[in-house]
Amino acid sequence: MFLPHTDRERQEMLAVIGVKSIEELFTAIPEKYRFPDLKLPSGLTEMEAQEVLSDLASWNDNLQEMICFLGAGAYHHYVPAVVDAIIRRGEFLTAYTPYQAEVSQGTLQAIFDYQSLMTALTAMDVSNASHYDGATAVAEAVTMANAHFRGKRNKVILSPALHPHYRQTIRTYHANTGIEFVGDEPEADLQSHPQQLADHLDTNTALVIVQYPDFFGRIYDYTELAAKTHQAGALFAVSVNPIALGLLKAPGEFGADIVTGEGQPLGIPLSYGGPYLGIFTTKKEFVRKMAGRLVGETVDNRGQKAYVLTLTAREQHIRREKATSNICTNQGLMALAAAVYLSLVGKHGLRQVAELCYHKAHYAAQQISAIEGFSLWSSEPFFHEFVVRTPIPPAELNEKLLEYGIIGGYDLEKDYPSLKNHLMFAVTEMNSKEEIDYLVTTLAEVSHA
Amino acid sequence: MPEPDLCEISVPNRIGFRFPGLDVPKSELPKGLVREVLPLPELYEVDVVRRYTRLSQLNHAIDTGYYPLGSCTMKYNPKINEDMARQPGFAAVHPLQPIQSVQGCLALMYDLQEWLKEIGGFAGVTLQPAAGAQGELTGILIIRAYHKDRGDHKRTKILIPDSAHGTNPATSAMSGMTVVEIKSDERGNVDLEALREQCDDTLAGIMLTNPNTLGLFDEHLEEVIHMVHEAGGLVYGDGANMNALLGILRPGDIGIDVLHYNLHKTFSTPHGGGGPGSGPVGVRSHLVDFLPSPIVTITDEGDEETPPIYGFYSPPKSIGRVKSFHGHFGMMVRAYTYMLMHGKEGLRKISEHAVLNANYLLARLRHVYHVPYDRICMHEFVAEGHWEDAPEIRALDISKRLMDFGFHPPTNYFPLIVHEALMIEPTETESKQTLDAFADALITIAQEARTNPEILKTAPHRTPVGRVDEVKAAKDLILSCGVSVEEEE
Amino acid sequence: MNIPSDLKYTKNDEWIRVEGTQGTIGITDYAQSQLSDIVFVEILVNEGDEVKQGETCATVESVKAAADVYMPVSGKVIATNQSLPDKPETINSDPYGEAWMVKIEITNPSEVDQLLDAAAYQAHLAEKE
Repeated sequence: MFLPHTDRERQEMLAVIGVKSIEELFTAIPEKYRFPDLKLPSGLTEMEAQEVLSDLASWNDNLQEMICFLGAGAYHHYVPAVVDAIIRRGEFLTAYTPYQAEVSQGTLQAIFDYQSLMTALTAMDVSNASHYDGATAVAEAVTMANAHFRGKRNKVILSPALHPHYRQTIRTYHANTGIEFVGDEPEADLQSHPQQLADHLDTNTALVIVQYPDFFGRIYDYTELAAKTHQAGALFAVSVNPIALGLLKAPGEFGADIVTGEGQPLGIPLSYGGPYLGIFTTKKEFVRKMAGRLVGETVDNRGQKAYVLTLTAREQHIRREKATSNICTNQGLMALAAAVYLSLVGKHGLRQVAELCYHKAHYAAQQISAIEGFSLWSSEPFFHEFVVRTPIPPAELNEKLLEYGIIGGYDLEKDYPSLKNHLMFAVTEMNSKEEIDYLVTTLAEVSHA
Repeated sequence: MPEPDLCEISVPNRIGFRFPGLDVPKSELPKGLVREVLPLPELYEVDVVRRYTRLSQLNHAIDTGYYPLGSCTMKYNPKINEDMARQPGFAAVHPLQPIQSVQGCLALMYDLQEWLKEIGGFAGVTLQPAAGAQGELTGILIIRAYHKDRGDHKRTKILIPDSAHGTNPATSAMSGMTVVEIKSDERGNVDLEALREQCDDTLAGIMLTNPNTLGLFDEHLEEVIHMVHEAGGLVYGDGANMNALLGILRPGDIGIDVLHYNLHKTFSTPHGGGGPGSGPVGVRSHLVDFLPSPIVTITDEGDEETPPIYGFYSPPKSIGRVKSFHGHFGMMVRAYTYMLMHGKEGLRKISEHAVLNANYLLARLRHVYHVPYDRICMHEFVAEGHWEDAPEIRALDISKRLMDFGFHPPTNYFPLIVHEALMIEPTETESKQTLDAFADALITIAQEARTNPEILKTAPHRTPVGRVDEVKAAKDLILSCGVSVEEEE
Repeated sequence: MNIPSDLKYTKNDEWIRVEGTQGTIGITDYAQSQLSDIVFVEILVNEGDEVKQGETCATVESVKAAADVYMPVSGKVIATNQSLPDKPETINSDPYGEAWMVKIEITNPSEVDQLLDAAAYQAHLAEKE
């Protein structure tokens, strides 16, 4: 187990301290609360614990056994064996935050790699060392814009096609900061072009946030919206799916000031929702307003190239209540996973996986929309996710699909009441043609039974 | 030799990984939206494996050596945790799968909530926060929402002891609160007079770290809590130091209204070089309605033959969601594995031994290093890294010299109320031999400070790199390298 | 520690050189030595701004610390040191000269009288140490 002391050692140590028993070390604790009798079971051995955990795991339907067409912000991708082999190394896994540069060069240079890869992928100037996930990254984008305008612009325009969880998280973070959010009202027209968001722009607007591909999978060129946003003096933020950037124009190319995103597709397992990775890149001029860790290149006193956490004076441990954000660490190990994934698949592999997703999703969309009673909700270009109207309630469909070994799509009604009987499917490189065809025949069968 | 930049090792047209070929007809790519330049590296698998393996070897880590890092609880991370979290039944599960297909995940989360409630003496727990700092944010937002719900809009003042971690004031400011610092008395407790002056009808609450960052159990804790409650405020507990309290004291019992746990400190999930963490929050009964949604609950009790059915529930006055999906589930699996293996007796042993180890180190070092608040400590203590007869030596020099002995330095310059602070937390998983070797190294360094100060000032000598030029890093701001050798097409 | 006798000071380590109705503002030698190597400065006010006593007019960062610079007295900004952000290290080398930050037209001269003179500032620093 994990406690080393023998009885004899314990006695020796107590003697050095000058007390007779371990209990004596706790006299500062008010007696009536001391040593509560916890109503918990006794401990298990590793063999027993493994049995309990394996049993729990077996209650779940997992994607090695099921066929998955579910996305909505978390995607089923292949994780090359190299990724886990690296992030499982104890030297990375069990290291602390790299405050002490002399004994943390591994973590520091890996983060520097991550920052380099993210700036390249998003075509922005600088990346931080990551946030918790796609939702908190975009919430921090609002914080950053607020800091940039020193609280003088109080309106943020949210695309209704920004992930519902992200919009909820933004609102939680900013419940008390005096910022007004517009654009995603329940009655917002989900089919209208994102260009329409420009109607909300005024001199009080700090930030416009869109998603790319948007929550419904659609892809738009945001160049004009970005330009209009800048004309109003506001900042433009884009929340991305990094896999899509293997194929699609980078947000830096259409003038984004801030790019955030969910990094999970880059070599991180689904793990029932986390831990994932919050991507955050921006332009150089905003670097000091950006929250989160940053690694910079420098030299050591022996003349060697070295890496170190930099611009730390912006952070909570120095600025305290004046810090932009309270974030302490980053999503270190997940950033490492993304760095290893992108280094390995590289320029060619990322394009290949993005194209696989694109073509397979389009094939699936075509096939599904040909089933009687199903039709595509939007005719806009899309990446690897699309919405279909269904002849019977999506919850019912999904339940039936489950019986056929299929994890179905995302039922949109809960987040968008106007999209009753709308189901969203995601298709990735993990879905073979056979699986897609099987989904199509199963859908045809169960929707008319 | 340092590893070269990614772009320096990239070779045009080298392939690292091949996906299977396309098995469906091609569709037309979207016009005007296709990327022309993708400046990512071109490596092959051996390049990648060697690069990151060699980088890993430049790190100090728990698996390679000891970390006496105060307030960070760098305990051993059991290997079984990793195996459990990687089972396909947990790792290959989508967060939005139908409820009936994820009953194992939900059962685990429910149990973990129940364990954390019992350990802390709370009525409700959310597992959603991604890290301790986010747990703090959740807690303060809950406090704010509680007062607002009562129509008590002017309560926006949060009191924070001067010994507190910087996240406390940063969190409060981020939540739209105003921060007032409370000084510590000469025994390291919250100064009661200073506290009394601030107890008025604008008081929202106080953020307490207990044991505090000096490693001391506040001797007036009950009085502090009573005063704040009397004034209508709530008490936030920073659970960074829970490793001292498992089976020793339940924060909820003594009146702490809301507290965050750090699964990556107390419950052995790996730090991963700075994350992912996990920061569940526990609250007493008057705050359960404000917890972030969703919370895992039993939706159907079941009976002798059928197991209960688990589902999600949104508290009626919830502050909302603090991140996407359900929190860092992978970290929950690890923490739960650890808790199961310890059980009620084992949990208490963890804290007993963490405190034993800290007091043993304190006893071995207090004659060599000045300890400004010297009494029986909890799981950590703070010494001064400075002597009058070695005036040029600072805590930083001692820390850097420790690296030459194979140890990670203690936490430096924190808490701010101790001059040249060295904050030492041994944790329970270190043997007497390791603690003795660490104490011996610190004693040797104290001698060197007098006889050979230069060796401290120029330390470390045996690490992959020496002291780094932080000023250059901040001025030059080289934050990325070009990752592709290729020029624009 | 250099504390020129012709300047006025605040307890927060700003200085102001009063010439007629105008004032020039910066941070003291003591402040720069406490911060150590300064790597960044941002002047937060613009020409024409009316800024009140105690409001933040600049922010200064070193590797280890960050500090806000507050207005010693109220005034209307007539100039800011445009070249300072490009060479923040001059705050370390010449805090009372080249590293001035903001010039103002003083709007409330009585506020000047409340500031510390060199001797009082020296005494304040001695007390802090």
